[in-house]
Amino acid sequence: MDISQVVEHAARLAAEAAKLAASAGKLASETAGLAGQQGAGADPFLSLFTVFVLACFVGFYVVWSVTPALHSPLMSVTNAISSVIVVGGLLAAGPQDMNFAKVTGFLAVTLASVNIFGGFIVTQRMLGMFKKKAKK
Amino acid sequence: MGASMSGTAYLIASVLFILALRGLSSPESARTGNLFGVAGMVVAVLATLADPGVLSFGMIILAILIGGSVGTVIAIKINMTALPQLVAAFHSLVGLAAVFVAAAAFYNPQAFAIGVPGGIKTASLIEMSLGTAIGAVTFSGSVIAFAKLQGIMSGKPIVFPGQHKLNAALGALIVLLTVALIFSQSGSVFWLLVLFSFLIGFLLIVPIGGADMPVVISMLNSYSGWAAAGIGFTLSNPALIIVGALVGSSGAILSYIMCKGMNRSIVNVLLGGFGGETAGPAGAAGARDRGVKSGSAEDAAFLMSNASKIIVVPGYGMAVAQAQHALREMADKLKDAGCEVKYAIHPVAGRMPGHMNVLLAEANVPYDEVFELEEINHEFATADVAYVIGANDVTNPAAKTDPKSPIYGMPVLDVEKAKAVLFVKRSMASGYAGVDNELFFRGNTMMLFGDAKKMTEEIVVALG
Repeated sequence: MDISQVVEHAARLAAEAAKLAASAGKLASETAGLAGQQGAGADPFLSLFTVFVLACFVGFYVVWSVTPALHSPLMSVTNAISSVIVVGGLLAAGPQDMNFAKVTGFLAVTLASVNIFGGFIVTQRMLGMFKKKAKK
Repeated sequence: MGASMSGTAYLIASVLFILALRGLSSPESARTGNLFGVAGMVVAVLATLADPGVLSFGMIILAILIGGSVGTVIAIKINMTALPQLVAAFHSLVGLAAVFVAAAAFYNPQAFAIGVPGGIKTASLIEMSLGTAIGAVTFSGSVIAFAKLQGIMSGKPIVFPGQHKLNAALGALIVLLTVALIFSQSGSVFWLLVLFSFLIGFLLIVPIGGADMPVVISMLNSYSGWAAAGIGFTLSNPALIIVGALVGSSGAILSYIMCKGMNRSIVNVLLGGFGGETAGPAGAAGARDRGVKSGSAEDAAFLMSNASKIIVVPGYGMAVAQAQHALREMADKLKDAGCEVKYAIHPVAGRMPGHMNVLLAEANVPYDEVFELEEINHEFATADVAYVIGANDVTNPAAKTDPKSPIYGMPVLDVEKAKAVLFVKRSMASGYAGVDNELFFRGNTMMLFGDAKKMTEEIVVALG
């Protein structure tokens, strides 16, 4: 894949990012509007739950658009990004004082790191193998 | 970094993750998409490291170094045929990490601002229990899936009487333990919850047979997402919730696609026991005496050299025999001779979704020669030869004609419509579903008995 192609795809994805960001912004303002109607003491759980439900819908539409040929890379990349659970481990391993939570945090960061590095690299390896017919 | 700054960073990370998945809509944009995923992860980690509560970095750096190098080495060294078990192993790690994070939150709730030890908020405890239970199930279930795929454990379903009742009882017990945890806030209850969740994950996967693994892996993929979302609620972290929801729905959709590919309900797959050794119909022994036409590599090469269009149907047998490279050589020879070669992939071919596509890509088969079932099924009628290598049940016409067959209603590749069908197979043994394939006995079928790779190599030689 040459540079111009990369740039072109990056541009296309960025344009989509802008679109997504715009709709996210719209959703956020609508959600905020809803929360406003409920008064200042809106339940933080409810807003997180709103995010969760909307993300399920985004996931639903995005994943249906994945070509079946790339279902294996889809699995390995979702595996890699689900390791964002590492943030929990980082918060647990972060405090100065040594305690049990710091140990489990350390373990969580280690396991998640295996996944993050392993998952993204193996996905890149897989995707690198998908080639179009050579031009004759 | 203030709360709104980190919130913004997590939002950016989430958008990048969505783009990573969006990129997978075509192979050209997928590589760029993967880099977006990496960027998202970097943003999320940096935002967390900037949290005022994160003060000591020694252990964190050590953990990333250890985990990172292990992951990198594995990912670079792994053989593509071992991909399904690798993915299962990775799922187990996410599950276990979720359990560890939940344990950390339970023992040091201040670090996550959800209360003090012994006085954790009820809502947080419920979310934590959910994350823990799903994480633990993901872990033990994935370990079993890994063992089955790696061949450490037999791929045969393991069933025993009262299995489903036991699982239901364990499920109820886990709910009770969650309630007990809320009232007692006791560490031993927490670990009992973990223990029983491990047990149920183990029991859920043992009855599921080897060829149902595509569904199992997709399902565990989904679970790992829901576990992450559960932990995300505990931590009130939107990035984790969004990722959890994305991954959870992705795995759920893949499970659905795989089930549809087999015309079975997810419940039927999960209850397990399908395609055991004893499932062969009584007529199988008699059928074996029926005449089959078997041929040699030379016969196959002769048929192929006279063909103008060949469709290759790969299955799990190709992966086992590592025949993909020999297959591509064969296709190259045929293409040089002016023959059109295409590949037809059944949705459940192999041991994970998209397994065949990756193996063919590894062997340098261009992806625009590889087609999904619906795209290519009508083309078999115009093909001179269908070369079936390591697939069986997915070509069985009984799925269309015999309502009594266990695979009736399953979408199958119409290979019988090709002028000639070449079946590479080690023996006449029935496929996973335990049913005979009547195609073997048809007049236009020629059986090529032997190892998929060796047979294909011999055909390459015979093609000259």
